Amino acid sequence: MALLEVKDLEVYYGVICALKGISFEVNEGEIVTLIGANGAGKTTTMQSVVGLIPSKAGSVTFEGKDITKTPCHKIVHLGMTQVPEGRRVFQELSVYENLLMGAYSVKNSSSFKEDLERIYTQFPRLAERKNQIAGTLSGGEQQMLAMGRALMSHPKLLMLDEPSMGLSPLLVDQVFDIIKSINKDGTTVLLVEQNAGKSLAISDRAYVLENGKIVLSGTGEELMASEDVKKAYLGG
Amino acid sequence: MEFIETLISGLSIGSTYAMIALGYTMVYGIAKMLNFAHGDVIMVGGYMIFLTMTALGNPVVGLVAAIIFCTLLGITIEKVAYKPLRGASPLAVLITAIGMSYLLQSMAQMIFGSAPKMVIVADFGNLKLGSLSVPVYTLITLGCSVVIMVILSLFVKYTKVGRAMIAVSEDRGAAQLMGINVNGIITITFAIGSALAAFAGFFMLMKSPSLSNTLGAMPGIKAFTAAVIGGIGSIPGAMVGGILMGVVEAFSLHVPAVAPYTDAIEFIILIVILLVKPTGILGKVRREKV
Ligand SMILES: Nc1ncnc2c1ncn2[C@@H]1O[C@H](COP(=O)(O)OP(=O)(O)OP(=O)(O)O)[C@@H](O)[C@H]1O
Ligand SMILES: [Mg+2]
Repeated sequence: MALLEVKDLEVYYGVICALKGISFEVNEGEIVTLIGANGAGKTTTMQSVVGLIPSKAGSVTFEGKDITKTPCHKIVHLGMTQVPEGRRVFQELSVYENLLMGAYSVKNSSSFKEDLERIYTQFPRLAERKNQIAGTLSGGEQQMLAMGRALMSHPKLLMLDEPSMGLSPLLVDQVFDIIKSINKDGTTVLLVEQNAGKSLAISDRAYVLENGKIVLSGTGEELMASEDVKKAYLGG
Repeated sequence: MEFIETLISGLSIGSTYAMIALGYTMVYGIAKMLNFAHGDVIMVGGYMIFLTMTALGNPVVGLVAAIIFCTLLGITIEKVAYKPLRGASPLAVLITAIGMSYLLQSMAQMIFGSAPKMVIVADFGNLKLGSLSVPVYTLITLGCSVVIMVILSLFVKYTKVGRAMIAVSEDRGAAQLMGINVNGIITITFAIGSALAAFAGFFMLMKSPSLSNTLGAMPGIKAFTAAVIGGIGSIPGAMVGGILMGVVEAFSLHVPAVAPYTDAIEFIILIVILLVKPTGILGKVRREKV
């Protein structure tokens, strides 16, 4: 049984159909990537799966449980969370308070100190800036904070929507390294990326989304070798 | 001496405005709506105080009864009238809030009649210090308000629910991704705002015992103005705006030449402040999120 199973998901914005019935799955322990051009429906997919936007048809199953109609905050309590597109850290709160918010869904508050230490070790930059107001962090630091904040809830499945967006090449590499290490530590990852080369390289499997439809799927290597993918997403 | 007396009177009026403005600003910040029925919750609280005072004669019991009833009323209004409109156009929500305001006023008139009731909460007399003479109720109002504002500030900054309120006001979607139940936070916000409105009703009846179904109308508008002056959505802003409005009001009423124009002066201050700083004194410019 897959950890996350999405079946024939359809999402509309008013009369505009953004997802025309997509199906994919994420197995425990995997890194799975959705790639696609601007407007393909990647963010819509991510937000619909986590319950932030309603779907018109289809189903989403997490650990065998139907969560299609479950509100977002309950889904988070089940062990799935997301680093949304554009990071969306709480600008007015400090780094520390943002991490505290990340632990909101954790029942057992005694693990908070340990979790905090773990995040500060993984992202030393956040430790240095723990009392800084998040709105004043650089883009890269905000991305680290958004990832750290999501990890505070001990997700079984972490979804990341374009984590490398707007970062310098050096930071992009760092973000992908972190994703790999998060995965190694036992967290399943669903990734949305425009940086197809780097994301396919770390992915077990991937799907290609075009105009609200999945047009191709396979292992990371298979897709990297595919002529279509090369042409459309890897610059020849 | 007169200056100090007027100042204390202004601070006391202002802290009453601040109590009301906090309800407007918290609901605006968190539920993203203007609850125009908020002033009328004060009026309902006033009638609760009237009823309990008539039955039991104890002002403290009256205040507690008003707090409990207003809190439940606020939660009910939100559940029945506003929650079904979550995601509807802001105009629909606004019209509903105005309708709710009329509904409460009309119901009060049907139940209690249109003649004002006299509610003598208690006569505390004056505190005399040398040539200084200050009504004790102003000190009670001021003292209670300061305590409430400090508690509220600590609550928002240091409790889990309080921080969740900040998170929801800043980014509802991201807050949900933390596992925060936004509907629950909105309910708590209405509860707190309405409880503060009950305090405001109590303070107003201590100042002037006449109670009618429009008790909350003008103070509601003044406090809303105060919330906008301070920066709508900002809790410290509502406190600053409320105090500012009260002090201006007291000094303006104190000078016979300008006293008749007091309300106009307060609204002119709103216009001037919005011209200089459109977000209000402590308001922040927020980039719109998608
Ligand atoms: N709130 C909205 N209202 C109407 N249409 C929307 C809305 N959000 C997205 N869309 C449309 O749905 C389609 C998919 O958008 P989505 O944001 O999912 O794309 P994406 O693959 O994440 O793109 P990008 O790579 O630019 O982030 C687009 O055509 C977009 O215009
Ligand atoms: Mg997107």
